[in-house]
Amino acid sequence: MAKLPTCVDATLDLLKTGNYIADRSLATALYLSLSLNKPLFLEGEAGVGKTEIAKVLSSSLNRQLIRLQCYEGLDVASAVYEWNYARQMLEIRLQEASSVSRDTTELTRTIFKEDFIIERPLLKAMRGTEECAPPILLIDELDRADEPFEAYLLEILSDFQVTIPELGTIKSSHPPIVIITSNRTREVHDALKRRCFYHWVDYPDASRELDILSVKASNASSELSAQVVTFVQKLRSGNLFKAPGVAETIDWAHALTQLDCVSLNSSIIDDTMGALLKYQDDIQKIRGSEAGKLLEEVKAELSTSGEIQ
Amino acid sequence: MTDNAYRPHHTIEKGKLAENIMYFARLLRSAGLPIGPGSVIDAITAVNKIELSQRSDFYWCLNAVFVNRHDQMEVFDQAFQIFWQNPKFLERFMSLALSTSADSTLDEAEPILPRLAEILPDDRHLNEQLDTLQSETHFDAVMTWSKNEVLRELDFEKMTQAEMEEAKKIMRKLTLPLKEMPTRRFHSHFRGTRTDIRAMLRHSLRYGGDYIPMKTKSRYYRPPPLTVLCDISGSMERYSRMLLHFIHALTNDRDRVQSFLFGTRLTNITRLLHQKDVDVALKTVSAAIEDWSGGTRIGHCLEEFNKKWLRRTSAQNSVILLISDGLDRDAGTGIKAAMKRLHKSCNRLIWLNPLLRYEAFAPKPLGIRAILPFVDDFRSVHNLNSLSELADTLNRNRPNEEISMKNWRERAA
Repeated sequence: MAKLPTCVDATLDLLKTGNYIADRSLATALYLSLSLNKPLFLEGEAGVGKTEIAKVLSSSLNRQLIRLQCYEGLDVASAVYEWNYARQMLEIRLQEASSVSRDTTELTRTIFKEDFIIERPLLKAMRGTEECAPPILLIDELDRADEPFEAYLLEILSDFQVTIPELGTIKSSHPPIVIITSNRTREVHDALKRRCFYHWVDYPDASRELDILSVKASNASSELSAQVVTFVQKLRSGNLFKAPGVAETIDWAHALTQLDCVSLNSSIIDDTMGALLKYQDDIQKIRGSEAGKLLEEVKAELSTSGEIQ
Repeated sequence: MTDNAYRPHHTIEKGKLAENIMYFARLLRSAGLPIGPGSVIDAITAVNKIELSQRSDFYWCLNAVFVNRHDQMEVFDQAFQIFWQNPKFLERFMSLALSTSADSTLDEAEPILPRLAEILPDDRHLNEQLDTLQSETHFDAVMTWSKNEVLRELDFEKMTQAEMEEAKKIMRKLTLPLKEMPTRRFHSHFRGTRTDIRAMLRHSLRYGGDYIPMKTKSRYYRPPPLTVLCDISGSMERYSRMLLHFIHALTNDRDRVQSFLFGTRLTNITRLLHQKDVDVALKTVSAAIEDWSGGTRIGHCLEEFNKKWLRRTSAQNSVILLISDGLDRDAGTGIKAAMKRLHKSCNRLIWLNPLLRYEAFAPKPLGIRAILPFVDDFRSVHNLNSLSELADTLNRNRPNEEISMKNWRERAA
């Protein structure tokens, strides 16, 4: 079991061992969240590496990752706990057969006991034990769940406890590391954000993106990587409906290496555009002459920077 | 604060305090606070319980009884200052209430909330008002009814100041009952379609587990999110200022309402409108807006909305209300692409255009022609009736709606 980092630099290094190149602001937020044991709320465009942070933390800290994928209508029964109804009914019948007199409180105690609970991710995360380190709880794409569920999370996030009406409150003795992500398809309520450290995960700058590519798509040639990154950076500054994220950059680099491409040319850009842009309007806008123009700019830029070096 | 200014319960002998509190409660009631006789009695009991030497104790005592929502504080505070500081006002209020003549003067140093000002007559109008009050009292009920009828037909642009105030009051009560959409959530319901095993087992305990009663649950329905985009350019000014009251009422009626204003640029006013008191809310909105009654750049603003807000506001089958006359400074550039994107991302896009009130209206301007192909419904919004009709259509899909839209699209093409 790896120890939690003790400073921001250590956090950066920790992420790096998991092949995650973070910028300092993110590492700071993460460090605060880990050391003060407060959830980390990550918001940002799709494909900037929000979910990845939880995965990397889990592997580099060697902790269990408990993931709760949110969706509309997510309720307590599928997020927190559910009673095992079949066993409960069986228990009632068994009691009926065996004992002579039963009273209601006795029955309540027997059929609503912990054995009959089916754990769902949130309850599982609250029940960390002495032996194993507290898990990492990833609440993914919270914006997809509806507001009632968000309200339910408030208790869990501020006090690390779950209340089951029939059993009472289960308080976590070893609170999990909580990471919440959101794509902003709607605004998450302030009350929830208040209980977390908030960080907006932005697109990386060119040098960091190049570092990311060298780790994540290591078999792409350095020339190709540089071209890919500069091209993508140019696309992001342009007027697109959905700018490509880091995940798209990595995908694109993989796609290009798969096609044995060592350097960008306009025909291959057109052919692989689908790895980078996901809206037809955007593809139409860039494909063809616009892509060629961007490529010229990229080449010019890279050659001047190469000369300086 | 000297107790000099705080005369009512000092100068008036003990028996009068209760009466004063009653008048104060009346004042608050007419300012819109929901105060019944019960709370007046509560207030009197409460005041009896405290030492009446501190002004602030008295204030907070009444406050605790009369105010039950945070947004009522402001009205209460102003009413308190006026009523309990200025004994002359008290006399006047009593005289007005008792319909006798009054000659006293009221000096108001601070500007008071419009809502309070409406019910506090100033001196110039006092006698006049008393006269009308005396002569018209008997016909009051009838008059309001017919006035209401006329008002509902009247174009916002042709209203006088007083009529506008009246219309705003009606508008505050208008809501938009959007057709409720099924969610993926269930709630227990006695005629549900699915068994609710959790409830069944819990109920079975009541009978010692001897038998398990049948419990069911059904799908939960709720109105979809609503996004309002309102044009505030010069040509729309009269309407948008009125409609802001409507938008305010909408925003406070339920959750998941987002409102934006646009002229030359886009402003999100959702948070500002969350202030329940309409006067305070609209004041903050006007302070936040820099492009009141300027030009319009519809294409530019819609594009900005698409990029910055669309994905954040329009998930989950939203309904978008676009309030604009479609007259564009940029001659319709960029509108088409932006509208196409907007239309694709929502469940229903409704265009409210005050120009539609003219019978001879033809979709000629470029902006209008660019918007029309992408809206699901095209309606007028120039008087109170058109707003009520809007509420009506949103509640159900009218069969003729499609036909009339087809008609409009053909004319725009």
